[in-house]
Amino acid sequence: MKLQQIDRNEITSSPLTEEQEIYKENIIDHYKHPKNKSELQNYTHKHREINPLCGDDITLYLKVNKGKITEASFMGKGCAISQASISMLTEKIKDMPLSEAKNLKKEDILHMLGIPISFVRMKCALLSLKVLQKEVEETQ
Amino acid sequence: MNIKQDFPILKQKIHGKELIYLDNSATTQKPKQVIQALKDYYERDNANVHRGVHELSMRASMAYENAHQVVADFINADFEEIIFTKGTTESLNTLAYSLGRTLKKDDEILLSEMEHHSNFVPWQQIAKEKGAKIKCIPLTKDFRLDMKAAEKLITKKTKIISITHCSNVLGTINPIKELAKKAHNMGALLIVDAAQSVPHMKVDIRDLDCDFLAFSGHKMFAPTGIGVLYGKKKLLETLQPFQYGGGMIQEVTLEKTTWKELPWKFEAGTPNIEGAIGLAKAIEYINTIGMKNIEKHNQELTAYAIKQLSAIKNLTIIGPKENKDRAAVISFTLEGLHPHDVGEILNQEGIAIRGGNHCAMPLMTSLKINGTNRASFHIYNNKQDIDALVKAIQKAQDIFK
Ligand SMILES: Cc1ncc(COP(=O)(O)O)c(C=O)c1O
Repeated sequence: MKLQQIDRNEITSSPLTEEQEIYKENIIDHYKHPKNKSELQNYTHKHREINPLCGDDITLYLKVNKGKITEASFMGKGCAISQASISMLTEKIKDMPLSEAKNLKKEDILHMLGIPISFVRMKCALLSLKVLQKEVEETQ
Repeated sequence: MNIKQDFPILKQKIHGKELIYLDNSATTQKPKQVIQALKDYYERDNANVHRGVHELSMRASMAYENAHQVVADFINADFEEIIFTKGTTESLNTLAYSLGRTLKKDDEILLSEMEHHSNFVPWQQIAKEKGAKIKCIPLTKDFRLDMKAAEKLITKKTKIISITHCSNVLGTINPIKELAKKAHNMGALLIVDAAQSVPHMKVDIRDLDCDFLAFSGHKMFAPTGIGVLYGKKKLLETLQPFQYGGGMIQEVTLEKTTWKELPWKFEAGTPNIEGAIGLAKAIEYINTIGMKNIEKHNQELTAYAIKQLSAIKNLTIIGPKENKDRAAVISFTLEGLHPHDVGEILNQEGIAIRGGNHCAMPLMTSLKINGTNRASFHIYNNKQDIDALVKAIQKAQDIFK
């Protein structure tokens, strides 16, 4: 594992700028009004992951047809970051070829969220990716 | 007296705001007196203890032994009864393994629903190994131990009762004296997890009459990696050492080994010397302020905080509301806000609190909640800190409105 270097100069003592704000409107919006939050009937894939730090809990349902994700939904609870992340991800992967979804990276999720994620919140942000990756792996 | 001045770490800004540290149940900050003592030790006296006759070893040994005496005086114990460990967790684990050896099938260990994992899991595991049973004292609606239920749970089968003195989530202070009487009437041993009590109140082990007691230095202004296990002398004398190695041995032959006298019998290997010196200095610091004054200060702050927090809409305090038998730890939940989101927004305001299950999952299950926000105070906190907390909570609620 590569150790993350913490630059003390980055632990800023100066006020937060607008770009550093993490609770942007769309994050709160996805948290309070999540997209695709339901138990999918006749799913082809289902998997659950939890994050013991926050008690974040996500179950992701997928319906895959001819190598393409035709439907995606989730059930879960937890902090705003984890829940907004999975809500956005279900939108992102709908109609995506499974092979493409399988190759999504950490950077894609962070880009999707569009907010700075601190070292300790990384697990919250990436729980959505973890559940997707495990789900696809498990059923191959 | 401006106590904040003694804590160099508090003189910093986080995101342009003054740092307000309200995570004292997790660990406290260190006063400059303690930091200086560690520096002095390494610059002047560093050596291994009990091993050399040279000057440095003598100084280190004296300081290390003296630390045992300082701790003993602090909780009204004898020198021989103070064993240094790396913390509460190690103290409780070593007890679970050594006392656990003597357990038989169907013996019972009595815990409570408000235990920290470190006073829960070691017992659960040793019980599994020995076929012993774990029983748990439930809570009343006002977040205290249900002593009526306890009465029924303490029977001839009960061999060990291990209970926290003060809950790290609820702030509840438990009636240890009463439990000790009940335990001893049935021939059981009483162990006390004092991680949250010793840093905040006068603890007198003779008055409590507990058999063992565990606490951590880092929650009372001392460094991490140093903790204490107190045990009654007559019990420690009969117990097998927990670990074997250097420093604890009288004589070794091919056939057998005899142990040194107490407390060294239980301190195998090179100990945490700087930690012990830091702990002694931290106790000296506490004594200078006066434990009575600390208690009074923390109680006043807690009463003020409960009053201010109770006025916030959609905020629920998880713990007793009255000041009696209550420590400076306040858990609360906010409707619609996850504790880590609250923690993150408070951090933007320079305020450090803790959110989550606080290593007490059985308690969370019993209360049917996923976690709490927790603000905990100590001697360097003041009413302005609480006002800032209240304002930041309102800001968090606004963001999530
Ligand atoms: C009640 C209680 N018991 C035990 C512990 C464990 O202490 P440590 O991590 O210092 O071993 C803690 C600290 O979090 C605590 O609050």
